Amino acid sequence: MRIKQHPILDFEPKRPILFRYNNQEVIGYEGDTIAAALHAAGIKVLSFSMVEKRPRGFYCAIGNCGSCHMTVNGVPNVKTCLTMLEEGMEVVSMETKVK
Amino acid sequence: MRTTELLIIGGGPAGLMAAKTALEAGAQVTLIDRNNRLGGQLIKQTHKFFGSEKQYAKTRGLTIAEKLITDLEDYHDRLKICLNTTALGLYRDRVVTTVCNDTYDKIHPQAIIVATGAFEKCLAFENNDLPGIYGAGAVQTLMNLYGVLPGKEIVMVGSGNIGLIVSYQLIQAGVRVKAVLEAAPVIGGYKVHASKLRRLGVPILTSTTVQKAIGSLEIEKIVTVKLDSNWQAIEGSEAEIYVDALCVAVGLSPMHQLLSMADIQMCYVSELGGLVPHVSEDYETSLDSVFVAGDVTGVEEASSAIVEGAIAGLMAAKKMNHLHPEADRILCEYRTQLDNLRSGPCGCKIRNGLGKLKENQHVG
Repeated sequence: MRIKQHPILDFEPKRPILFRYNNQEVIGYEGDTIAAALHAAGIKVLSFSMVEKRPRGFYCAIGNCGSCHMTVNGVPNVKTCLTMLEEGMEVVSMETKVK
Repeated sequence: MRTTELLIIGGGPAGLMAAKTALEAGAQVTLIDRNNRLGGQLIKQTHKFFGSEKQYAKTRGLTIAEKLITDLEDYHDRLKICLNTTALGLYRDRVVTTVCNDTYDKIHPQAIIVATGAFEKCLAFENNDLPGIYGAGAVQTLMNLYGVLPGKEIVMVGSGNIGLIVSYQLIQAGVRVKAVLEAAPVIGGYKVHASKLRRLGVPILTSTTVQKAIGSLEIEKIVTVKLDSNWQAIEGSEAEIYVDALCVAVGLSPMHQLLSMADIQMCYVSELGGLVPHVSEDYETSLDSVFVAGDVTGVEEASSAIVEGAIAGLMAAKKMNHLHPEADRILCEYRTQLDNLRSGPCGCKIRNGLGKLKENQHVG
């Protein structure tokens, strides 16, 4: 869900960016972080905790809490709330401990 | 190892203002920030600031950030800005280790200003880790920076200024705020913000908190509970509210980690948000030539962070024999401004906290 109208801010349409989340195609927009793009597409669950497999979403959105970590282009533990979205990114939710 | 005269860690309101006064005094400055842009948390503040015109009152936070950044443009020959750069460590010999895009580096400056800000606290309740539960700052980032809504129906926990302001911003973005919960018997923030919400029909429930969140993969509803005068849950007072997001605005805690790592003298002061450094009048810590400014010295408003930054910038420059042409006059002015910002009933908590910190310093 994106903001359509806002009394103070302008959100002009931007260039769409195609990426993959758990092998499914998702469209984000230029200027999005990975987490913002997923969120706008209705995806709030970013990973599962290692032991109890509890669903995880982001809490702070500024790189402090570590709750938004995902595997991006094969690299685990990427802070998706800070990492800018790029064309063709492979984003996978983490479920097991990675070294 | 890289060298610089003054290294400033953090490009929020405190760090930006510190850079400005240090540059004015003639210092050579390196400013590092882990984000891809400067401005810290100001860039998502769409509301107009209170206070005196000297701290940009009546101006929106994002506009203040733009001004502070533009002010630095005149000094590009003596200023180096490193974005996407995280400070990893601060050592007692004043070496700072950094990482930028997987490249590790060391900087050995003559003086340092740590302006790392603060992070959002969470609240202990059942299922507080469900997706859809966010800090108030996260909601602001999502909405005001990326234009993405956190949900359709939301409850805010905490009626301090942040809780009230972000509730209003949620409504501006088209989200339905079903209630604001406040564990204390009275509303924490300014009455003007609370009234704005009440006029829009948002109930502010005092002596009420969230007991648990319920949902399988994401938050679906919350259970609220009333609290008695001893902050204990009143049995039978539980109520359910359906939400697809919950926003937690229960305060911030200083980002003290770099300071603690260098074994700088710290003190836990709950009124200031957590662990804070002992500082001199010049904002110098117990470690020679390491200064601090902004929320890392104790959580306050951005206005105070700007003034503290100005003082720390001047004093760090002075330490390296760069005297600002009008140092005495503006220093006096900034100190008065800080006193004014902390005056009145709203500054009571900060004054108490700073008092405790000082008391402890004499003993310790």
